[in-house]
Amino acid sequence: MTRNRVIGTSVKRREDPDLITGRGRYTDDLTRPGMLHLAIVRSPYAHAVVGRIDATRALEVPGVVAVYTAADLEASGIPGVVPTAWLLPDLKTPPHPLLAKDRVRYVGDGVALVVADSRYSARDGADLVEVDYEPLQGVSNPRKATEAGAPQLFDEAPGNIAFDWELGDAEATDRAFEGAATVAKVALRNNRLIPHAVEPRAALAEWDRSAGSVTIHMTSQNPHVHRLLMSLASLGLPEHKIRIVAPEVGGGFGSKIHHYPDEALAAWCAMQLDRPVKWTATRSETNMTDAHGRDHVTEAEIALDEDGRIVGLRANTWAAMGAYLSTFAPAVPTYLHGTLLSGQYAIPAIHVHVFGVFTSTTPVDAYRGAGRPEATYIVERLLDRAADETGLDAAEIRRRNFVPPDAFPFQTQVALAYDSGNYAPALDRALEMAGYDDLLAEQSRRRADGDGPLLGVGLSSYIEACGIAPSQVVGSLGAQAGLWESAKIRVHPTGSVTVYTGSSAHGQGHETTFSQIVAEKLGLDVDQVDVVHGDTREVQFGMGTYGSRSAAVGGSAIVTGLDKVIAKGRRIAAHMLEAATEDVVFEDGAFQVKGVPDRAKAWGEVVLAAYLAHDLPEEMEPGLEATSFYNPSNFTYPFGTHVAVVEIDRETGVVRLVRYVAVDDVGNVINPMIVDGQIHGGIAQGVGQALWEEAVYDDDGQLLTGTMLDYALPRAHNLPSYELDRTVTPCPHNPLGVKGVGEAGAIASPAAVVNAVVDALFHLGVRHLDMPLTPEKVWRAMKEGGRS
Amino acid sequence: MVPSAFDFHRAGSVDEAIELLGRLPDAKLLAGGHSLIPMMKLRLAQPGAVIDIGRIQELSGVCRDGDVVSVGALTRHGEIAASEELRASCPLLAEAAGKIGDPAVRNRGTLGGNIAHADPASDLPAVLIAVGAVVHLAGPEGRRQVAARDFFVDLLTTALDPAEVITRVDFPVAAPGTGQAYLKHEHPASGYAVVGAAASVTLSGGRCTAASLAFNGISAVPHAADEVVSGLVGGTLDDASLASVSSLLSVRDPLGDVHASGEYRVELARVYGRRALASARDRASG
Amino acid sequence: MSYHVQLEVNGRRHEREVEPRMLLVHFLREELGLTGTNVGCETSLCGACTVLVDGAAVKSCTQLAVQADGASITTIEGLATNGELHALQQAFWDLHGLQCGYCTPGMILAAADLLERNPDPDDGEIREALKGNVCRCTGYHNIVRAVRRAAEGGAA
Repeated sequence: MTRNRVIGTSVKRREDPDLITGRGRYTDDLTRPGMLHLAIVRSPYAHAVVGRIDATRALEVPGVVAVYTAADLEASGIPGVVPTAWLLPDLKTPPHPLLAKDRVRYVGDGVALVVADSRYSARDGADLVEVDYEPLQGVSNPRKATEAGAPQLFDEAPGNIAFDWELGDAEATDRAFEGAATVAKVALRNNRLIPHAVEPRAALAEWDRSAGSVTIHMTSQNPHVHRLLMSLASLGLPEHKIRIVAPEVGGGFGSKIHHYPDEALAAWCAMQLDRPVKWTATRSETNMTDAHGRDHVTEAEIALDEDGRIVGLRANTWAAMGAYLSTFAPAVPTYLHGTLLSGQYAIPAIHVHVFGVFTSTTPVDAYRGAGRPEATYIVERLLDRAADETGLDAAEIRRRNFVPPDAFPFQTQVALAYDSGNYAPALDRALEMAGYDDLLAEQSRRRADGDGPLLGVGLSSYIEACGIAPSQVVGSLGAQAGLWESAKIRVHPTGSVTVYTGSSAHGQGHETTFSQIVAEKLGLDVDQVDVVHGDTREVQFGMGTYGSRSAAVGGSAIVTGLDKVIAKGRRIAAHMLEAATEDVVFEDGAFQVKGVPDRAKAWGEVVLAAYLAHDLPEEMEPGLEATSFYNPSNFTYPFGTHVAVVEIDRETGVVRLVRYVAVDDVGNVINPMIVDGQIHGGIAQGVGQALWEEAVYDDDGQLLTGTMLDYALPRAHNLPSYELDRTVTPCPHNPLGVKGVGEAGAIASPAAVVNAVVDALFHLGVRHLDMPLTPEKVWRAMKEGGRS
Repeated sequence: MVPSAFDFHRAGSVDEAIELLGRLPDAKLLAGGHSLIPMMKLRLAQPGAVIDIGRIQELSGVCRDGDVVSVGALTRHGEIAASEELRASCPLLAEAAGKIGDPAVRNRGTLGGNIAHADPASDLPAVLIAVGAVVHLAGPEGRRQVAARDFFVDLLTTALDPAEVITRVDFPVAAPGTGQAYLKHEHPASGYAVVGAAASVTLSGGRCTAASLAFNGISAVPHAADEVVSGLVGGTLDDASLASVSSLLSVRDPLGDVHASGEYRVELARVYGRRALASARDRASG
Repeated sequence: MSYHVQLEVNGRRHEREVEPRMLLVHFLREELGLTGTNVGCETSLCGACTVLVDGAAVKSCTQLAVQADGASITTIEGLATNGELHALQQAFWDLHGLQCGYCTPGMILAAADLLERNPDPDDGEIREALKGNVCRCTGYHNIVRAVRRAAEGGAA
């Protein structure tokens, strides 16, 4: 009997029954006897000298238990900082203290803590802490921050420059441009985004005085990384005295990767007061302190020969770091961005220069896609600009420059080696689904007739490097961590399995997907597999969920762990069957002598034998359990082509996304339903960036769009349903052949939408517009055409 | 965010509400709460006392009496939008109420709370002006009526005295041959009106006998665009004439912010004004 | 100052003394321990806190508990009957209408309000009805499908 395959089927999510009935437990849902609430007093100024802090009135509020400042933290002797975990050469790393002491550097920088017996009293107290500020000039634009006369945020970072980083061959690129038939340019702003996981960040900290240990339930994408950084840099407790638990986590998109002061401060308060302390951010608080995304200023150009083949590409980027270097911030505009500037194309010469710049704004770090959407946006805007200048069709110029399928593995000029790919079929399929030629004909008709909204079609042929990442590689590039993943496979005596994974899910459905992997490999029902994640006490070290890495790295760790379990099972079965181990195979849930199906032992028999240990091979330990640490040998390289179709009101400039076609190649697919869902969500976030979202700061660093009243999120009534398909080019270097899917939609879609809008306005002379494409911006462009 | 502390009082009648308003310093009336509670949570409003008028029966409901349809101050947006009576007698109000916020907001927000807050980005004020509604107030000195045009005084400021309560708003029943339309350019974040155009036209024998147009969103108080519609009476309201008059819109000190400049808002108002008039005309003829 | 409130939640009567400023959502979560109703913003714009008050969808972060005195409330915990999932819950599960699940209770109750008023909505009507509920994970695609599926199965 051959079992039905489990991998590749849309198994319904086991996570859902709790979540659809209100039984899911998120951090703020947890309470403890005697629990106190923490509110954090935050700077209303982008840049100021902090003077006297007076807690007198706050302490008079009924229910307020304590008020603390940076001086109290210092007196407690803790390390008290939040470090960055990615060090570039010559990176300036001014310390980021848990609470600002002398100076605040962004609106939201914490200055004091108020702990009270209720959420309401804590807020009342926080309002009454009096802080003297001497305001200083702030600066929010990363390019302006490097100019002479700009306010200086740190003495150790002259010109506010945190790093100055280059990749590629500058000379070869210059030569390519000198000899080019066509050069196309774009100057663009990649708009700053606020992640907006719907669950704000939160932490519940409990201090066990006798054990000297603290337990922190918190909104984390990677509990072990948080524990490590809390131990080393923030609290100074030994790592084994900190337990971090991520219960249900209500979305992250990167914002819950990073280590912030607030959760450590809750822990510190719990330790001071010997009572459980909870901190839950309000929306405006989480919006002003969660690391923001993007915020690049870029000038880029592309050079082509007379046949429309790309001969060179260069880009200069000023990337905002915000007021302090967040956890992975230096990596995002460099190794996750500069390295992707070859896109899907064979480009013989590339050079990229990136300045990381301190600005008096919320820190910037990885947000869904992290560097790769910014790179894709540059490349795909340039491809459209090149099509403009050469007169080639947007699809044709892409097809002409794709890395050909026989060129893999393909070494780009910006460090990455693409392992596999076949780009034209995805483009062709997307064009076919969209009805590309018909759309262009309709566009011409509307332009000629002058009736109906303007129609635009935009392509985005993206590549991403995910499955982050080979530890040796990232180590050589400055990461202060290895980016492998771990799994422990615990087989219970009756044959069911518990998997402990370092991939800590927050909505992705890991428990379902990972149980499918185990069920498939062991011939079990998915119900015989439990998946445990998100608790540093349960799980061996793990690196967490981000960078579209969970299936490719976390899933592969599970496979290699299963391989160990199966190998031991084969030895036991061989012993039981009196056969040679090498003659025993594991198929369809049974160990059998190769070619002799009658001589077999069922999974359950072998597992039980391992635990009974009455008759095991000589020197074999009883039990059946394996731990695996999987270190990928390369990134994975998902790709695809997305097509956006927009209509624009000729009078008001209102853009409506009317269709969205996505053809993605994420390698093998474990659960198609979950994979499609990831694409859907990513598309919406990218469309949001293109059309609505922007963290707007005024020149001084005041956040003008800090609440949902001002920051426009994608909503149901502003989006169409999406049209999806995929091609499958398996990843050649991991055991599942999977590549990762979490970020694809967000990487592809901003360029697709902007290309569509510019396409709609092309006949009016418009060649580029910066995101978000607000109605007013589009209206002005229509009015001013090429003069904009 | 959470509100700061306040004393809570529940008024069982309009007279009791007035009495409490007179007695309690620094008190705010609470109806549906969809204007006041968000302000209190952000601590932009910190009243010492809140008087809940949400249960005063006499303040709720829709009632037609001849040429006038009265809508109680506590009538919820959702009820207004769904009211068969209003859809027939003052369709502009029903249409605009149905475009406020989202269904959950419309389930709680009230007519009185909406106009008392006088947010320039709100959807109802221009409607009141376009149809010539009359706001009924009750206070310690007795009851009085204020025409909509006099009610909205400035940004977030009305003719309502702090000691008074809005009891109802009277809307004239649309004459035969009248068509009305509310068009809105919605703020993508808040759902409020960047521009809202409220139009009403009456046709007789293919000729316009009355036309009115007012806008939310473009000025501190709703803009009554008499300069646009004054020349329409007597005409046929063909597309060319609507296009021609829409350019006459003149707004002093238009509102502008990070999302939409004053210049753009005025342009939007011209477009939406013309479209609203055209839609109203089509409905009048249809 | 505290105020006496008495209300029915998911068919059970509760009485409490509460501060007048206590928001309904905090009453449900912290007084009654019904933590299925979530808080995602402070401006009535995310919809995570949506519950049914006397049958109508309401953002419980924008209502005081004292305002709900005497009301009958349904939260996500009370939607299933006798252990059987409501058609919307079932459809959200079947069609992957949720990922992190944080917006889901509010989304489902907002959809329940829609189906009460309009048992056979088209996609456009579903999308309009859910405009006050933010989901950051699903891109809404499967949520819309799930509501339609529930409607087809007679969820109202």
